[in-house]
Amino acid sequence: MARSPLTAGSSLLDLVGSTPLVELPRLTPKPAVRIFAKLEGQNPTGSIKDRVALAMIDAAEASGELEPGRRLLEPTSGNTGISLALVAKLRGYPLTCVMPANVTEERRRLLRLYGADIVDSAPELGSNGAVRLALELAERDPSLFMPFQYANDANPRAHHEGTGAEIVAALDRIDVFVAGLGTGGTLMGAGERVRESFPDVVVAAAEPLPGDEVMGLRSLADGYVPPILDVSRLDRKLLVSNGESIAGLRLLLEREGIFGGVSSGAVVHAALKLAEELDEGVVVCVLADGGWKYLSAGFWDADDVDAAMGRSVWW
Amino acid sequence: MAAVRIPPTLRAEVGGVRELEARGATVRAVIEDLAGRYPQLGALLLAGGELATYVNVYLGGEDVKTLDGLDTPVYDGETIILLPAMAGGA
Repeated sequence: MARSPLTAGSSLLDLVGSTPLVELPRLTPKPAVRIFAKLEGQNPTGSIKDRVALAMIDAAEASGELEPGRRLLEPTSGNTGISLALVAKLRGYPLTCVMPANVTEERRRLLRLYGADIVDSAPELGSNGAVRLALELAERDPSLFMPFQYANDANPRAHHEGTGAEIVAALDRIDVFVAGLGTGGTLMGAGERVRESFPDVVVAAAEPLPGDEVMGLRSLADGYVPPILDVSRLDRKLLVSNGESIAGLRLLLEREGIFGGVSSGAVVHAALKLAEELDEGVVVCVLADGGWKYLSAGFWDADDVDAAMGRSVWW
Repeated sequence: MAAVRIPPTLRAEVGGVRELEARGATVRAVIEDLAGRYPQLGALLLAGGELATYVNVYLGGEDVKTLDGLDTPVYDGETIILLPAMAGGA
């Protein structure tokens, strides 16, 4: 997966990974605490999910589970779908994505432009609703192949061998590693790889606090814990509100010129909180995507961020 | 006294309110205080004396599973947030 920036790739898929790592000197609360950001928005489709999509399809092709031309089905709030759409296009698979009906229009348009079909899931059930509907559709139609990022070992493995390995190769000290919690792939895979090189590292998750409008689960039995996520391997798990995420996003843009997506704002918020707890050290945060797919959202310049964000699934 | 925020999924068990006050020096004691007053809520939150699989409890914005679990101390004026386990968007 590693490539030199001076050699030509033979396909866009050769350009997945090897993303830049940059220091955020204007953001750190203390000069003795250095914060670095892994810019995953610089993957080919603009998110960290390119690594996961490519790894899942490579693994399924290698095992023989995925035959040529078979239709792919995946629950996603957008990024994984867009990444799978690229891989599917170049490898010749049709793709159906199951998405909550309330994701930003950019994500839906991108998916359609890539040629993917979209099945809407109930907006108030958030990603849980997309997961459940995709599992039902896959069960009903065995001709569909579901990579299923929430339970596919290729997901954390892509981050162990890619994201995490790239980070430890670039730094000689890491005290805190922060990433957003979605499927758990980045935290389990890259977190573990960082821990192998730096055994005392604190692996921290930034987790979204959804608005009431997207917490419409009828009962706790509708809850879902991704099978690849083992919370006992996390050292910290911090809840970040919509307002805090957007404050992080604005700081990232104003101070460092980095245009991040919503989860990047949450990760920065958590990274700053953890940096405050250190006297000195190195904090690494993974910024999963850029802000482009959220431009139509009203939160960028809204005074009441929570009101502007309450009804959508952001990450 | 701690403030406990109730997610929409569990509000029917507590008469529709978004937030309750509860007493207890640990997360376990706070939840047991709630369970004493709202037995249906208690039955959903605890299974065999431990947190049910699909419940996440946060103290000061941090998951108690990465603190001291149900034994995490709770101080006056702190906020506890209860959330159902949600699949992360991805």
